[in-house]
Amino acid sequence: MNVKRALTIKGIRDGLLVTCHKGSWNEMVEALNAQIEDQPAFFKGARLALDIGPCEVRVADLSALRDSLSERGIHLWAVLSTSPVTEATAQNLGLATRLSRPQPLVSAGEAKSIPAEAAKWVRGPLRSGTRVEHDGPVVVLGDVNPGAEIIAHGSVIVWGRLRGVVHAGAAGDETAVVCALDLSPTQLRIAGEIAVSPPRRAKIQPEIARLVDGRLVAEPWQSG
Amino acid sequence: MTAKVVTITSGKGGVGKTTSVANIAVALASRGQRVVCIDGDIGLRNLDVVLGLENRIVYDLVDVIEGRCRLRQAMIRDKRLPELYLIPAAQTRDKTAVSPSDMIRLCDELRPDVDWILIDSPAGIERGFRNAIAPADRVLVITNPDVSAVRDADRVIGILDAEEKGPVSLIINRVNSDMVRRGEMLSVEDVLDLLAVHLIGIVPEDENVIVASNRGQPLSLDGKSRAGVAFQNIARRLMGEEVPFSELETPGLWQRLLGRRR
Repeated sequence: MNVKRALTIKGIRDGLLVTCHKGSWNEMVEALNAQIEDQPAFFKGARLALDIGPCEVRVADLSALRDSLSERGIHLWAVLSTSPVTEATAQNLGLATRLSRPQPLVSAGEAKSIPAEAAKWVRGPLRSGTRVEHDGPVVVLGDVNPGAEIIAHGSVIVWGRLRGVVHAGAAGDETAVVCALDLSPTQLRIAGEIAVSPPRRAKIQPEIARLVDGRLVAEPWQSG
Repeated sequence: MTAKVVTITSGKGGVGKTTSVANIAVALASRGQRVVCIDGDIGLRNLDVVLGLENRIVYDLVDVIEGRCRLRQAMIRDKRLPELYLIPAAQTRDKTAVSPSDMIRLCDELRPDVDWILIDSPAGIERGFRNAIAPADRVLVITNPDVSAVRDADRVIGILDAEEKGPVSLIINRVNSDMVRRGEMLSVEDVLDLLAVHLIGIVPEDENVIVASNRGQPLSLDGKSRAGVAFQNIARRLMGEEVPFSELETPGLWQRLLGRRR
């Protein structure tokens, strides 16, 4: 009985949000399974988002849970966590790592106040299938490979080769910029504008892309 | 003695996983190593065909896991090389017949008796792939020098990193040096540039591979063809030998690699 109180279930716009307050991954899974067995009809066909706080999860464990849920007709679509390891895991499996609306105040106990402009710092290479989302700027140390995606509300800076898809100013900020040591993204978006890279130039040099009068322009980086 | 479990995977299908498993196994066995190959592609097995052991299957992997036979009974011994065995996949079942923990248990049972356990992973990143990598001590990712195969290899390497299934090594298969020279194919360097992992082998495109697979006579059995030599080199590198990448692979490549390794 004690185990069950470790979970809170809440209806949200996109389905159900299950918040796990404490315990290891195995305890959470156990609690969740017990809850589902208790009320199978309630969960049947549900879209489930799971908030597991600071718990670190590996791909194998998370995909096992996703598979076992899908066998019971429950669709796991998002995993929220404060652990970067877990976020990366979820992204690897193609799960969302934030709800479309601002995250409800589920973890009021550990109130975290991130200023809107705090950048997300990511170590590369970002491989195919990785998705980084952030409501501020994103800085990547390393390459962004084709098939990887960066969606940032602010600017995106890549210290490496940018060859994936990047969207800066995703919430409409037209002053956002994208810069990289080698700027050859599959697709580049700033606010509402979309562009693809021109065919490879002869010389690779750091470039910066920005919106000038509603058009995307990329130019070599000039200091000063 | 305890075996090393090596899984060969790729993400994309048709890049040469099964052929590589067969050839590396043969190359290891011909160096006196005791080798067991496990076909992880349940429902779409073909390692038995490439090894030429198809007509000798009685029991398979699923029979072992479900307790219908003992492990030894499912191990088919190759007649050409006394220390090469195959555990075939079931053809009439699917990937859900096996779980990752089944694979770990099976490999642990084999470990004391052999030197190498090579697992042929199915394409994709779903259940079969997870079964295949679960027991791995070492993972070889194989790719072809084309954009889509490299993209899938990149994804797989990302998943392996996330699961801490390192160290990952790369085999680049079917390199056509004429096409590379004409700029019509990604070069070995282009591939490494993107994937940034350890390289363990470069296998040139070779028509003999297809002939050999159809006959069930892996190329590295005699080892005169270019691809056969390349597979033998991979086996030697697995055994810890320092084998320089040969002329036919790419001249001067090794030096450049050493220079740029991160």
